[in-house]
Amino acid sequence: MLRAPGLLKAFTFISLLAPVLVLVFNFANRQLGANPVETLTHETGQWAFICLLISLSCTPIKDVSGIKKIMRIRRMSGLFSFFYACLHFAIYWVFDQSLSLEYVWDDLKDRPYITLGFSAWLLLIPLTITSTKKMRQRMGRAWLTLHKLVYLIALLALAHYIWLIRADYSEVLLFALWLTATLAIRAYFWIKNAFRH
Amino acid sequence: MPSPLIPKFDNFGLKENDVTDEQLYLSRRKFIGQGALAGSLAFASYLPLWAHAKASQKQGKFAAAQRSYDHKEALTRLEDITSYNNFYELGTDKSDPKTNADALQTSPWNIRIEGECAKPGNYTLEDILAPHTLEERIYKLRCVEAWSMIIPWIGFPLADLLKRFEPNSDAKYVAFETLYDKKNPLPGQKRKVVPWPYREGLRMDEAMNPLSFMAVGLYGDTLPNQNGAPIRLVVPWKYGFKSIKSIVKIRFSKTEPQTSWNDIAPREYGFYSNVNPTVNHPRWSQKRERRIGELFKVPTEMFNGYEKEVAHLYKGMDLKKFY
Repeated sequence: MLRAPGLLKAFTFISLLAPVLVLVFNFANRQLGANPVETLTHETGQWAFICLLISLSCTPIKDVSGIKKIMRIRRMSGLFSFFYACLHFAIYWVFDQSLSLEYVWDDLKDRPYITLGFSAWLLLIPLTITSTKKMRQRMGRAWLTLHKLVYLIALLALAHYIWLIRADYSEVLLFALWLTATLAIRAYFWIKNAFRH
Repeated sequence: MPSPLIPKFDNFGLKENDVTDEQLYLSRRKFIGQGALAGSLAFASYLPLWAHAKASQKQGKFAAAQRSYDHKEALTRLEDITSYNNFYELGTDKSDPKTNADALQTSPWNIRIEGECAKPGNYTLEDILAPHTLEERIYKLRCVEAWSMIIPWIGFPLADLLKRFEPNSDAKYVAFETLYDKKNPLPGQKRKVVPWPYREGLRMDEAMNPLSFMAVGLYGDTLPNQNGAPIRLVVPWKYGFKSIKSIVKIRFSKTEPQTSWNDIAPREYGFYSNVNPTVNHPRWSQKRERRIGELFKVPTEMFNGYEKEVAHLYKGMDLKKFY
């Protein structure tokens, strides 16, 4: 299927960039509904989470199917997650908080869901900075330990999402199941390997 | 034409863009103070402004209704009012009620009057409406989710309706219920996101306040189904969920009725649920709100700006306790 080494990556790049292009286009054409800022906030937040889940799914997919090639898109989807998280935060800061640091600070102090989401975004920063090949080589085993933060980030993001829902949890359930599946498959292989040795 | 509440209506010399410009003006200092992202701000201010409605279009069935209450800001566009709704009976997404609007059958429609009054019974919608002269009122609707709209409702005072049933001295509260047919539920009622039917209530003096309104239309025409057809409550100083839609039952009661959101999350939604920027929702701030049609938020007003008309109802009450 995707034999050429660059093809899978190119395909992933285009697929994960497309949502933001669609959003910008629709925003400019007033196609984001009655509350475009809310739509932008929700969409960028969801895409940040989706990209994070894609990146978390690479290892389990490899373990289950044996397709090693999938690992090539892990870093890229992680970086896209940070990209969407930055947009998500920027939209909140500009439109919800009128670019005021004071308003953001008040929100961070008083609103647990904001605190959780913001922490998730902050924790993505060291992962983004250390995402290059060079950094990985330089850091050795510490790199693996640091990048385990991704599990915490995913849980923070999930809590951030759930915390804002008023009554209908059906949408977030899909994300929760996806995250649970990636963790469960990991746990299975971890236990299996532990008993083998 | 001059009205008793607001002396004259001529848009107060405002053009549709004036309001938004003021918002940008108010936030200007913050932008200048933090120049780092000034570029993205310039982008926002160059966008075609998220339009409000042009001067009210009076062409519909109720075009003749006289305006009895005005609001100084430009109206929210009809398209926005009818496509961005919280009406869980027709689905939980904001766009669901419009999509599923046809599922709501509004004719024939009956309202059952019960409880502490001299004339309980089943009334047809025609019976209910017959003696009332319809008027137009422009109110601000503030949702508990921190957004708001400026809506020209058509209807009549709730007090005029309630008096007809001659409530007795034990009638301390009025309870309302939305349509719910177990055998034939609306699309959103097939899942139990809310314990159906949706229920709301007011204290008697709140219900009798001249601002409390029964709406049967908006923008000079019949109420679209997604906005709570054929008849709904509008209580402009309270969060939007108090303004119950598609009413089939009104009950006069001695005790405070159980309301739906209070039932689901008592810590988050009190019986009173007056718009109050000083009492935050436990999960999010109520200090500011986004006017639908605008990009930036504006400060939320005490009692949604209707303080003069309603503050006396809550004299001596701790509004932090009775939220």
